[in-house]
Amino acid sequence: MDFVSFLIQTLNAVQYGLLLFLVASGLTLIFGIMGVINLAHGSFYMIGAYLAFALVAQTGNLFTALLLGIPLAALLGALLEWALFRHLYKRNHLEQVLLTYGLILVFEELRSLALGDDVHGVAVPAIFSASIKLSDTLSYPVYRLVISAVCVLLAIGLYILIHRTRIGMMIRAGNHDRDMVEALGIDINRIYLVVFALGVTLAAFAGMIAAPVSSVFPGMGNQVLILSFVIVVIGGIGSVWGALVAALVIGFADTFGKVLVPDYAGLAVYLVMAAVLLWRPEGIFKS
Amino acid sequence: MSDWLLEAQGLQSFYGSSHILHGVDFRVGRGETVALMGRNGMGKTTLLKSVIGLVTPRGGRVAFAGGEVTGQPTHRIVRRGIAYVPEGRGIFPNLSVSENLRMAARPGPGGRRDWDFERVLATFPRLSERLDHGGGQLSGGEQQMLTIGRALMTNPDLLILDEATEGLAPIIAREIWGIVREIKSSGIATVIVDKNHHALTALCDRAVVLVKGQVVFEGACAALKAQPEIIQRHLGV
Repeated sequence: MDFVSFLIQTLNAVQYGLLLFLVASGLTLIFGIMGVINLAHGSFYMIGAYLAFALVAQTGNLFTALLLGIPLAALLGALLEWALFRHLYKRNHLEQVLLTYGLILVFEELRSLALGDDVHGVAVPAIFSASIKLSDTLSYPVYRLVISAVCVLLAIGLYILIHRTRIGMMIRAGNHDRDMVEALGIDINRIYLVVFALGVTLAAFAGMIAAPVSSVFPGMGNQVLILSFVIVVIGGIGSVWGALVAALVIGFADTFGKVLVPDYAGLAVYLVMAAVLLWRPEGIFKS
Repeated sequence: MSDWLLEAQGLQSFYGSSHILHGVDFRVGRGETVALMGRNGMGKTTLLKSVIGLVTPRGGRVAFAGGEVTGQPTHRIVRRGIAYVPEGRGIFPNLSVSENLRMAARPGPGGRRDWDFERVLATFPRLSERLDHGGGQLSGGEQQMLTIGRALMTNPDLLILDEATEGLAPIIAREIWGIVREIKSSGIATVIVDKNHHALTALCDRAVVLVKGQVVFEGACAALKAQPEIIQRHLGV
């Protein structure tokens, strides 16, 4: 592989990894703090992508679509937490898996009823539609760099939220001892609502900004869900920092696996997971 | 309404299927220091948890600062002015010392802000040397100082200390008792559970003794000290 191809694949790996991080960070927070295995988390990515498609079709502009889509996703998250997930926290994992698997089917069916089963595309916003020329034949789309930059900013924002703010302290404290948080006069249910809505919004946002680079198609959340669980397990359950590192590792394993050993690319991610778990059974960063 | 700060009447509480509290009445006056006594397994912790709603009583009622709080969620009950230091301390080991304190900060009932970060550190100078340490890295005594300091950050009218000095070296325990006296003199009511009956009766105003989920003695600490047979019969090991 020459240097320019290597550079392009590296940028792709970083961009894919960061996008996965947005989905996985919410998953790891919800799993780590509320103890809920949320199989429907990938659906939020799918919903985000379809929201982007539908809203761009209406408004003709991805930015307007984001402006409308983000609050809609947050609202959906808050509503689901209030109506369903809040009743799952103290249930066992089997019941959680049953409900959240059921939700995948419900979301796919609703998506099918509302928007059909066709594959769609979303146009890259005009101001980011240029490409940077890297060699005579190869260039790199600006929009992918924008995705990476936005994801990095969100990762920094998430870090500040969790490690530098009072609500972040409460979230981490709730991760350890929910009764003690309540006994200090903090409404843990409200913390859970915020964390859940945040997780849903991040996953849906990932779907929205990914829509122009990957097509929008039925079941697109499933692949992301599985990779996100791999990331959560590798990174250490509940650790956002671990999710970031693990997401980048998976981004590289997946991207370079497809380039270097295309016949076995599907295995690359899981080989990495197995290797990490043999080395550190509780993940890279145990929270 | 009565003058009691905390008034629990006829509490019936269960732990799983076992009946722990059999109609317990428990009261604390404003600024009063109450010793809650009894051997292990007699219901002391269950009583304290029932008061703040961490255990939901199946019978009886709880009023705090003149308002009925029975059945309310814990965070709403304690916001009326209760701070709880549980047995085993309840430190957040994944938060730093400074974060443990700051996350709890809030004005007390009526907007009182007597206790803040600076005053807590002045009261517990050891903590100020360890602000960036993880809560889990502290010694037992430092952890107890941290939980008491964290409780004070909520500016409570009532401080509940379950097993105030359990597992602490005598010299550290003495330091804790000194701090409890300081808190008492600042006008905060306290409920204290501790195995050291001598230290406890030396500073409490009133004592309540539980046996098998029922109150067998309630009265002034002076009266309890004058009746060593009660201590012997219900608390002796």
